[in-house]
Formats: sequence, C-alpha cells, structure tokens
Amino acid sequence: MTTVAVLVESRGGEATQPTHEAITLARTLGTPVAVWLGAAPDPAQNARLGIHGATEVRVVPAAEDARQPARAAAALAAATADADIVLMISTFVNKEIATRLALLTGAGVVVDAAGVELVDGHVETLQTVFAATWNVRTRIAAEKAIVAIRPNTTLASPAEETGAATTVVVDAELPEVPEVIASVEPVPAPEGVPLAEAPVVVSGGRGTNGDYTLVRELADLLGGAVGASRDATDEGWISHEHMVGQTGTTVTPALYVACGISGAVHHRGGMQASGTIVAVNIDPDAPIFEIADFGVVGDLGDVLPQAIAHIEKHRAG
Amino acid sequence: MEVAPASSAATLSRMRILVTVKFVPDLQSQRSFTDGAVTRTGDDGTMNELDENAVEAALQLKEAAGEGEVYALTVGGDDAVAAVRKALQLGVDHAIHVSDAGVAGSDVFGTAKVIAAAVRKVHEEDPLDLVITGMAALDGLTSMLPTALAAELGWSQLTLASGLTVEGGAASIVRHLPDAHETVSAPLPAVVSVTDEANTPRYPNFKLIMAARSKPVATWTLEDLGVDPSSVGAGAARTVVVDASPRPPRENRVTVTDTGEGGVALADFLIERGLA
Ligand SMILES: Cc1cc2nc3c(=O)[nH]c(=O)nc-3n(C[C@H](O)[C@H](O)[C@H](O)COP(=O)(O)OP(=O)(O)OC[C@H]3O[C@@H](n4cnc5c(N)ncnc54)[C@H](O)[C@@H]3O)c2cc1C
Ligand SMILES: Nc1ncnc2c1ncn2[C@@H]1O[C@H](COP(=O)(O)O)[C@@H](O)[C@H]1O
Repeated sequence: MTTVAVLVESRGGEATQPTHEAITLARTLGTPVAVWLGAAPDPAQNARLGIHGATEVRVVPAAEDARQPARAAAALAAATADADIVLMISTFVNKEIATRLALLTGAGVVVDAAGVELVDGHVETLQTVFAATWNVRTRIAAEKAIVAIRPNTTLASPAEETGAATTVVVDAELPEVPEVIASVEPVPAPEGVPLAEAPVVVSGGRGTNGDYTLVRELADLLGGAVGASRDATDEGWISHEHMVGQTGTTVTPALYVACGISGAVHHRGGMQASGTIVAVNIDPDAPIFEIADFGVVGDLGDVLPQAIAHIEKHRAG
Repeated sequence: MEVAPASSAATLSRMRILVTVKFVPDLQSQRSFTDGAVTRTGDDGTMNELDENAVEAALQLKEAAGEGEVYALTVGGDDAVAAVRKALQLGVDHAIHVSDAGVAGSDVFGTAKVIAAAVRKVHEEDPLDLVITGMAALDGLTSMLPTALAAELGWSQLTLASGLTVEGGAASIVRHLPDAHETVSAPLPAVVSVTDEANTPRYPNFKLIMAARSKPVATWTLEDLGVDPSSVGAGAARTVVVDASPRPPRENRVTVTDTGEGGVALADFLIERGLA
C-alpha cells in the first residue's frame, strides 16, 4: 500500500484547513500519515488529523529550524523515508522545502497543483497555467513524488474509518546551513479566514480610492477574506499580505468579487481559476469583464451598498 | 531596494554578479503548449519580466561598488538569445547563452545543473560574489530554480528578497512571508532571488539599445560546460507533461450596466447561485 506523507501546516498550534484538505486528498492515493515539524501537537490536533484519515502523526521536534528550507527538508526526509508520495501545501516556503527534499531523495516535484491522481501506478498532477487559461497534466516519472497542492482544491471530509493518529517522534540530524535568520517579525494574523484558504474573496483595487470599508463589509457578509490589487498595496492602502496575483497570493475560492480592479494579466494570474468571478467596474471596457461570470458596469460606491443591503434583506427573510 | 551606502562601497571594491534571465512567452500574447512544452518563439517571446528586477538589483550593486562586472545568462533554444540581448540593453556587461539540443525537456533540476556549470565556469576564471535570479519565471511560476541552483552550487541561499544589502563579504536580505518578515544573512558567494518589490527596473536608453546590437554573446554547449548530456534534458527529467489543453472559456457570462438597480442584480445573482 502506498504511504502518503502530508506535511502539516500549523498556525498557533493548530493544523490549518488546507492540511485537512491535503489529508483528505492523501486518502485517495494511499495511507495518509501526517508529519508535524515542531513541538508535539496537543491530543485534540491529533484527533482532528485522525478524523480526516491520518493513521499516524510523526513529530520532528525542530520548531525553529522549520524556517530554514534546507533544515526543514532534512527533517522531512527523515520522517518520510518510507513514503512514496509527500504532499504539502503550495506556499513560497514549501516550494523551497520541496526542492531541497527532491534533491535529497531523487523525487520528482510538482508545485501549485490543483489535483493529484494515481494513473497506472504513476502519480499524475493537474495544474492550471498561463493565468489559468490552460490545463496541464504532469506525470511524475521518479519513484518518489512530491506535490505541493493549492488550498481550496479538495473538499476536506472525515474518513470512513478514523485514523488512530498515534504520535511517533522522529529523530533527525539536521545539516549546518550558512544562512542566519537574524530577525523574524511576525505579521499579525488576518482577522477571519486567511486569504489563500478563504472560500470567498472580495478584492478592491485602485477604484476603491483607498477606502476599503465597503469591500470589507461585503467580505464579512459573505464570510470571506479581503484581497487587493498590486496598485492598492503599492499605494499603502492595505498591507502586502492582501495582494492577489502572480507575485502575490494565488487564490481559488468558490467566489471571487473584484471591485475597482481593471483585471491586468498579473492580477488574473492569481485569481482566474476561481469558481465564480464577479466584477464591479465603472469602465465597460475593463478586461476583468472578459473573465467575469457576472459583471456590473457601475460605481462601486453605489453598487456595493445596494448589494449588501439586498443580501441582508434576503437573509432576514 | 536598498543598496550599500556609497560610503561602504570602497570596502566592496569590485562586485562581480551573474544574473539569470529566462526567455518566456510574452504575458500579453496567446500563450500555448506544443508537445508538452511551452511554445517559445522569437516573435512572442521576451525576457521574463521578473528578471528585470534581478538585472536592476545587480546593476545597482555594481554601481554602488563603483567597479565590477555583471553577466547575464540564459539557458534555452536559439530564440532565447533575445533574453540576454534585453539584459544588454539594460546595461549588463557580458551575455552568455547556453544552447544545446541536449538541454531540451529539462526539468528544474536539469536546468539548475546546466546553470550551475555555467556559473562555475565564470567563477573559476574570476570569482563571482553573487548570482541574482528573478523570483519566478512567469511561464511556469514554479519559483524552484533559485533553491535548486543554490543547492547545486553549494552556495548560500537568500531567496525572495524584497531588499538586499551586501557588505563585508556577506549579503543580507529582507524576506516578506505571509506570516512574518525575516531578515536573513549569509556569507558570499550567494544565490539571491529578488521579488518585484525589490526595485523599479530601469528602461534601456537609446545608446544602450544601439550598443547591445553589436555586443558579443558567448554561446556555450553542454560540452563546453563539461555537463554529461544524459544527466539533463528530457531523458533525465523527473516530471513529464502528458497533456496540455486550453481551458474552455466561461460560459453564459452576463454583464449589466448599473442604472440604479446594479447592486440588486449582483445580490440576486449571488443568491441564485447559493453564494450569498
Ligand atoms: C512584474 C509585475 C508583477 C505584477 N504582479 C501583480 C500582482 O501579483 N497582482 C496585481 O494585482 N498586480 C500586479 N501587477 C500590477 C498590474 O500590472 C496592474 O498594474 C494592477 O493589477 C492594477 O491594479 P488595479 O486594477 O487596482 O488598478 P487599475 O488598473 O488602475 O484599475 C482600476 C480600475 O478601477 C476602476 N474604477 C475606478 N473608479 C471606480 C469606481 N468608483 N467604481 C468602480 N470601478 C472603478 C477603473 O475603471 C479601473 O478599471 C504586477 C506588475 C508587474 C510589472
Ligand atoms: N532556462 C533558464 N535560463 C536562465 N534563467 C532561468 C531559467 N529558468 C529559470 N531561470 C531563473 O530562475 C528564476 C526562477 O524561475 P522558476 O524557478 O522557473 O520560476 C527566473 O526568474 C530566472 O531568473
């Protein structure tokens, strides 16, 4: 049976939603085991990983080292020696860890995957490229496969059989590295759902003129996260962590609402694979309308308050 | 981007930097796949936009040091020479094009092997301080090459720099990650990847454009680099694209013009789809 190791992403001691998605996905490929870098998780976390199907939680006590890709890769290599497939969440840091791990183990790597399947005993991945205008299927030819998967591409669900999720502590010898992390300045966690994981994203661009009140109100109403264009983050209207696009965060929510965003190719690269796309823009020729399932040509200052009021009225019955 | 202050330039003496630049389809063009590979032709191809930030970072460091050389290196087919020509227009001193049929179909590890061999060839002649890369190639967006290259060379890895300083034999970067802003430093030589926040790339001026036309481009083969062809290329690739197809356009798209009821129409659309 195929062993599928899943690198746990944790935040404040809790495994993130994409981790549970990845373990759900791992079940379709083989036997999932979770790998936790850092202090041992509390039993509640183990139990949740077990519910999604993890049969084991392997802990490598290497908390600080997880920030160093080469050391994290060595820790992961020690914990996944028996695994045929290693899954992780597609983040900038994990892409570096995946690369280092592949060099240690000879594995083939695909990052930014939207899906993974076993076809004739080979691992195949699905990706969208060129601002989500093309679908690509990649076969991993090496014996071992490493796949970094995008959040929101699998629906997390409980396993038919709950895994025992017993804790196994793995000893790992970590290499010396020349890089020194001189300081780590934490970015305050966003309120509500993080952008990359949110089922709904409401984004504002230059058209907001710096006022995010309406964008935030709609995001809150829909249970979503607030996104932004590069021009808006460059203006300092909203922090860089909110930027959606090919050099910012790639999002694939069920619903993406673009308000006062023109839809430059750089921006589309980070959101075009979203489920439903809605746009509000005063310019009927804005390129965002080319990819919007529903577009409103209008001033967001008029359209958003009316939409918010109407949704509230509908909910009130 | 921060560069070392002029006062410390003397201690830097000469900065020798190699920048990697990739030839990719223009973002605004109809990008496509042919036989499992990104279609790269001279007409629609260009230097990866994010590599402009790498070139800019290198030029600024050299200018602050007052002395040095910047090399631009690309690995790719015949048309890829356009990428290093663009770098020459921006002001780099030397251009290298690694072109060999044996490289075709390489995965990131094969490409890293070839680039590492070319870097070593330059480094052995006269040591380099830095290799600077873009944060991602806008065709594949994998962002894996810089890490693979640092590992292949055994050099320090300083990736995703939105700020870079070089002083006293070490480089230091600021790295903006979603959960934290890190400051990381490491001894030279180092592989640094820069983000598009690092600087604002310059435009080539007329003089540089004219001069770039006649500047020589060194063309190297795998043999020149002493790379075993069986260790790179399609045969050695650990991943193979088995299918690529354009995604169907979104169907039944609707655009309404707000004449006083636009917000209601939007809300009704979301409610109908079960999204609100
Ligand atoms: C290398 C590189 C990488 C980049 N990466 C990214 C990236 O990752 N993400 C990203 O977003 N950008 C990125 N960009 C920038 C990108 O090219 C665009 O410049 C940017 O996305 C534009 O932001 P915008 O849509 O907010 O602004 P604009 O293009 O100025 O559009 C503003 C829109 O708002 C509309 N508008 C104005 N007022 C109103 C109103 N009252 N109501 C409704 N609509 C209104 C206008 O009609 C216009 O369409 C990158 C650029 C480069 C060169
Ligand atoms: N074939 C290539 N030739 C030169 N540089 C490359 C090549 N492939 C990748 N790079 C460099 O590596 C960076 C990251 O690319 P990637 O990892 O492919 O997203 C790019 O911005 C380039 O600087």
